[in-house]
Amino acid sequence: MHLAYPAVLAVLLFCTGLYGVLARRNAILVLMSVELMLNAVNLNLVAFDVWLRDTLHAGQALTLFTIAIAAAEIGIGLAIVLMVYRNRGTSDIDKLRDNAEAPGADGARGTDETAGTDETAGPDEKAEAAA
Amino acid sequence: MTLAATHGFLSPTGVEIAFLLVGIVTLGAAVVTVTTRQLVHAALWLVVALGGLAVEYLLLTAEFIAWVQVLIYVGSVVVLLLFGLMLTKAPIGRSPDADSGNRPAALAVAVAAAAALVWVVVDAFRATWIDLDGPAQGSTKVSGSILFRHWVLPFEALSVLLLAALVGAIVLSRKDREREDGN
Repeated sequence: MHLAYPAVLAVLLFCTGLYGVLARRNAILVLMSVELMLNAVNLNLVAFDVWLRDTLHAGQALTLFTIAIAAAEIGIGLAIVLMVYRNRGTSDIDKLRDNAEAPGADGARGTDETAGTDETAGPDEKAEAAA
Repeated sequence: MTLAATHGFLSPTGVEIAFLLVGIVTLGAAVVTVTTRQLVHAALWLVVALGGLAVEYLLLTAEFIAWVQVLIYVGSVVVLLLFGLMLTKAPIGRSPDADSGNRPAALAVAVAAAAALVWVVVDAFRATWIDLDGPAQGSTKVSGSILFRHWVLPFEALSVLLLAALVGAIVLSRKDREREDGN
């Protein structure tokens, strides 16, 4: 088999995942796109392992490790997303702008109603971090 | 490299044709996953994309990886994602705000990255063929033997990582419940 087939497919899948990470708004959809990117890397690892006929099969071993790490990542990521959803009532990553620099003096404050929920969520988080 | 003389560009083998067809299905499912406005459909199309990748692993004679892919990704990761969508009360129908405002910029970045990478990859591996003949290189016997003969220490370290992730997920979920009880 020509090596370009799996390599090009991996590239296209990776760029699809890249688009999803940049363009999606829901945090869980972003996690799905991250899974697509990880799978593109796995396909590359397997293809190059089979091509090089590695005696240690480092590519396949690394693929198994990547799959396990992706499973751990999705578990932790979903736990974090659920915690954010319980605290803020949204999983919209565009609204989680607590650490963003304000573009203007009064531009960020007052216009959004989300600022109010952020402020009410703030003391809870501080108490939680202190506890 | 020596295989280059015996292969032609215009005479694809059966494995290549199968790889191409499954690859088109996989890529289409991936594109629908990142563009659809129905959140649950995105998770279900992700199943198609990941299953197609498992078939690609089988075509590359990596049998064990293919079944691990089916078990872990299609079996557990997608179910976790569906549970996440349900628990965050994702809308069932079309949600108009699935894509954020920087969609054109994301499209430009993705297309530029795809063009550059495809050009580089095709240019680099133009005359490279995978030799799929002979014994399967990813059979369960080979993979198990290699994994437990040469990769034991990373394997054990990975189990510690999985334990840490498990404990971390429990702690993240439990803290919130204590807070609710406190209130």
